[in-house]
Amino acid sequence: MINFDHAAATQPLPEVVDVMKPFLYEQFGNPSSMYVEGQAVKEAIEAARTNVAELIHSNPNEIYFTASGSEANNFALKGVAFANQKKGNHIIISAIEHFSVLQAAKSLTKLGFEVTHVPVDAQGFVNPDDVKKAITDQTILVSLMHANHEIGTIEPIAEIARVVKERDILFHTDAVQTAGTIPVDVDELQVDLLSMAAQNFYGPKGAGALYIRKGTRINPLIDGGIQENGRRAGTENVMGIVGMGKAAELAIQQLPERIQHVQNLRDQLIIGIEANIDEVFFHGSRENRLPNNANFGFRYIEGESILLFLGMDKIVASSGSACTSKALKASHVLLAIGASHEIANGTILFTLGIDNEEGHIKLLLEKLPVYVQRLREMSPLYEKK
Amino acid sequence: MTQYSEKVMDHFMNPRNVGEIENADGEGTVGNPSCGDIMKMYIKVEKDVIVEARFKTFGCGAAIATSSMATEMIKGRTIDEAMELTNEAVTEALGGLPKVKRHCSVLAEQALQSALDDYFKKKGLPSPIILKPEEEVHDH
Repeated sequence: MINFDHAAATQPLPEVVDVMKPFLYEQFGNPSSMYVEGQAVKEAIEAARTNVAELIHSNPNEIYFTASGSEANNFALKGVAFANQKKGNHIIISAIEHFSVLQAAKSLTKLGFEVTHVPVDAQGFVNPDDVKKAITDQTILVSLMHANHEIGTIEPIAEIARVVKERDILFHTDAVQTAGTIPVDVDELQVDLLSMAAQNFYGPKGAGALYIRKGTRINPLIDGGIQENGRRAGTENVMGIVGMGKAAELAIQQLPERIQHVQNLRDQLIIGIEANIDEVFFHGSRENRLPNNANFGFRYIEGESILLFLGMDKIVASSGSACTSKALKASHVLLAIGASHEIANGTILFTLGIDNEEGHIKLLLEKLPVYVQRLREMSPLYEKK
Repeated sequence: MTQYSEKVMDHFMNPRNVGEIENADGEGTVGNPSCGDIMKMYIKVEKDVIVEARFKTFGCGAAIATSSMATEMIKGRTIDEAMELTNEAVTEALGGLPKVKRHCSVLAEQALQSALDDYFKKKGLPSPIILKPEEEVHDH
């Protein structure tokens, strides 16, 4: 399989799998136990916490393991909302957030919170002035993603943080697409909370984390025992946490070469598509963009059909099409940047990873123009020129 | 991408009857880009028999496959027989469709109904076809 869908999942690295294995069987002790077996497991968790903290330039005691990026996002929004509701009831997010932020915010509106969705421009950027204008004396939290999972646009988080920090408002960023993919530094970004997920940087599924800056008022999402410093109860997913720690360690070591590798291939892909296929729409920013992301709308045709053809060559990618979503709705991100329904439905998202090589790009560039033309000739919207 | 049956994939990869018919005796378009599918169907009729059927579709694999199958199923049939063609019959002929894709087969049935309606109108005959409004064609 040629994987151009790394935003959905990356394959855990062999080194990651190796460190996880003992915790599936031999090392089954409960980290909360006093005796030796439990303590060894506890130490493994703390070592992982140190690595994850280092990945985003934070302290280990500010890292809280979760079961996913979605849980981290829910924890940030709901935990902050519940802990700060005496201060205010207003939350600001953007129109292009991940569903876990959008839906968590929506749930909060049913409990009396007010949510403002700031718009984005045609490249997907949030304007710091729009955030400033949206702030009221009731605002307790601003949550904006670091980079978008579909169009790859990297938001000016540090710039927006300056606006937010002029007031006594907490700032959360969903960094699921960036942590482990590009350099992330919580002090440069000036965020109070940051979500990440191991499966996006060659770690296991079921392992995520929320960074919570020391002194941040937040309620637990899961009440119970004293795990994760009392902020996230439940016996730890030791295997996943240990895997996430190793994946973070490897990301720290390899980040510059990984970025160079995927960016080089991604640029070949973009140049090749724009040179070989007419009427394609490039989505997102060309400059402030995730190094592994390319997103194109192919006019007159529908995305799932393109993916089906590519699937015949064992090439996998993703689409913003309504037909590929279970809800049968076109991507809210593409519609928010002003793409028409026709273009949104004909959009393909390519996300590259370290396992891609030049031959993959060559094959894609050889096949894709042929498939696009075949589908266009079937389309009632297309007039051959 | 293995959610489709072999028959669906065959009709998607090698669609039958793609194209337009100039001066068609009946043509109909249903769907819109916001739903992700548009189907256009053309029929040529001689002595009450559909001698040629063609289509153009903007849509997913299921939309293209159902268009292809529907045109195959009405070729050589009388107008009365074609009027009886249901989306269930098209789906069955394709070896089934994933639940989330059933609306594509409804769209194929509606495209045919629309082409037949146009046929009656072009002949100056009262059309026995009651076209469903778009919302019912596409219930999302």
